[in-house]
Amino acid sequence: MSENLIVPTMAEMLAQGKQPEVLFWVGCAGSFDDRAKKITKAFVRILNSANVSFAVLGTEESCTGDPAKRAGNEFLFQMQAMMNIEVLNAYEAKKIVTACPHCFNTLKNEYPELGGKYEVVHHTEFLKSLLNDGRLSIEGGQFKGKKITFHDPCYLGRANKIYEAPRDLIEKLDVELVEMKRSKANGLCCGAGGAQMFKDAEKGNKEINIERTEDALETTPDIIATGCPFCNTMMTDGIKHKEKEKEGEVKVMDIAELIANAQDL
Amino acid sequence: MSYLDNIVFAIVLVVSIGYFAKNVKKIIRNIKLGQNVDRTDNSAARCRNMTLVALGQKKMFTRPIPALLHFMLYAAFVITQIELLEIIVDGLFGTHRFFKISLGGFYTFLISFIEILSLLALIATVLFLIRRNLLKLPRLNKEELLGWPKKDANLILIMEIILVLCIFTMNGTDEVLYSLGNSHFEGIGSFNFAISQFLGPAFFGGLSEGTLHILERIGWWGHFLMVMAFLNYLYYSKHLHILLAFPNTYFANLKPQGEFDNLEAVTKEVKLMMDPNADPFAAPAEGAELPAKFGASDIQDLNWVQLLNAYTCTECGRCSSVCPANTTGKKLSPRKIMMDTRDRMEEVGRNIDANKGVFVPDNKSLLNDYITPEELWACTSCNACVEECPVSISPLSIIMDMRRYLVMEQSAAPAALNSMMTNVENNGAPWPYNQQDRLNWKNEL
Ligand code: SF4
Ligand code: SF4
Repeated sequence: MSENLIVPTMAEMLAQGKQPEVLFWVGCAGSFDDRAKKITKAFVRILNSANVSFAVLGTEESCTGDPAKRAGNEFLFQMQAMMNIEVLNAYEAKKIVTACPHCFNTLKNEYPELGGKYEVVHHTEFLKSLLNDGRLSIEGGQFKGKKITFHDPCYLGRANKIYEAPRDLIEKLDVELVEMKRSKANGLCCGAGGAQMFKDAEKGNKEINIERTEDALETTPDIIATGCPFCNTMMTDGIKHKEKEKEGEVKVMDIAELIANAQDL
Repeated sequence: MSYLDNIVFAIVLVVSIGYFAKNVKKIIRNIKLGQNVDRTDNSAARCRNMTLVALGQKKMFTRPIPALLHFMLYAAFVITQIELLEIIVDGLFGTHRFFKISLGGFYTFLISFIEILSLLALIATVLFLIRRNLLKLPRLNKEELLGWPKKDANLILIMEIILVLCIFTMNGTDEVLYSLGNSHFEGIGSFNFAISQFLGPAFFGGLSEGTLHILERIGWWGHFLMVMAFLNYLYYSKHLHILLAFPNTYFANLKPQGEFDNLEAVTKEVKLMMDPNADPFAAPAEGAELPAKFGASDIQDLNWVQLLNAYTCTECGRCSSVCPANTTGKKLSPRKIMMDTRDRMEEVGRNIDANKGVFVPDNKSLLNDYITPEELWACTSCNACVEECPVSISPLSIIMDMRRYLVMEQSAAPAALNSMMTNVENNGAPWPYNQQDRLNWKNEL
């Protein structure tokens, strides 16, 4: 059963002679990972309800090459990048939005030199701009009064200095935003970046995601908000490890999910 | 006979500066062993960075207490150089307090200022010694600091203490002599320096004139010799940062921290591979230089900014104390990456010196002999170390270049990463899903 998401592809748009306002870059996690797919859908629900004209590449999208590049495989990265750039340029893409900070960083910073010049925004920035333009309204709904802490994704925060957009959105939900002791520029990595997501950690005395989950739990939140599918997985695993989720005590949710759920979209 | 002092002084001065200059040349040569990278753009932003980060110590102030102590030392260090200038003039021309007459009241203010900062520096130094040796701050007691680095840190603090004691001995005894009308400075009275006008009589009052003159000279020469010793010690010490912090912050990366460079040599090859019209067997264009290797396994493969970084590192360990890998017990320590790079660079430099200016391969390299793959693979590329470094060093860029070597030259990635990369190559995703299924989420519940 489908939930009636309207998700046009760039190819369909082109066939109708249309150019969407924004291209939604879904990313590998957003396309394939069960948890991240929920974030993708939540974001689409918001786009649909705000009547944003957008399109996805669908089967024409491929990995940006970020994990290959961070692993040191520059060849593979540039092959991926050039294939993607060819597709994006063929559709004359201008503005791209993505819910993955890794895709965001790569598309925004590393593609231009290879011939892919677009205006790239993270979904939290995009939602913020919809809000500013009055195209989207945010209410607290089921989250009103809840305590929420935000985990800064490294590739959104330190890598690109975006700290305020996600916080502004959370505050619009009529909640109590609490900061962890390490936040913003001093935030601690969830442990997934630099291709770590795809391998076991080196020997140490603790997993990084556990350390980070402890930072979050110290604020005794109801919800840990994230803006990255990988952080989401890491924090969710951390919470499971701490066995908090069993009692449904602490939830890990993407900002898009918070907004979509608050609005009952 | 009376010129003996001045001659000895001149010789010490010339030899010290000459030896220092020789080491500076060595540093420049070693840094130039690195690959070229252009960091001459946007000089306005670079100057701003240098002023804020090196001169203003902006990054230090994320930790206010050590920042304040460090700032006292730094301020004292900078302003005592004025006193050194006077010592040099006096030493060469046999004058005494040469600036006093020409500067007048300002001279009293200046020396008083130096005395106050020196006292603060003394306090800071003692607290630093306590912190380093008694408080056992974790980041100052890590494995990579055992041995020389720890001695280096303590030695410099002790030198600083001696220097300050010399300043007060010199000014204190001279104050007493002046009050007796026996100073080398003509007249009788008080110099009115903020601290030594009290400290002098209290400590040195009542000593015989001869003893006072000897102590005054000990303070004066002690000050001078200490500074010359310090100058030449810099090269062997992490304290090189007091000079190199300036160029290092000037040439620091201005791009977003998340932007890693796109290797140009790879771009050429990939374009060739993807261009259906290109002749894959065509001879490389005339003059097109093929890189010796992709990524870095030794210091010659790194760029000169990375090598400058290594000389500038203060070994403060702020990077490692925020590194998620290091703080969860993994072997990776970004500080160690920088220290290893410098050690290897020095080793290569000594090799070149010993072999008449050419490097004779020594069957060693930065990779493996200093830095192990295990360290490199533990990095999450989170940029915390880069953000934290008070002198704008990027340990991450070295880690990435060495990973590139491991992957592109040696195919030595961990197995799990190899399968991730195979998936990206074949399926366009790091997981083994079919690219044709990319939009399936749309119809799933
Ligand atoms: S970028 Fe790597 S070395 Fe630097 S703090 Fe993060 S994990 Fe540690
Ligand atoms: S790299 Fe920077 S932060 Fe790390 S030890 Fe050196 S100076 Fe300190």
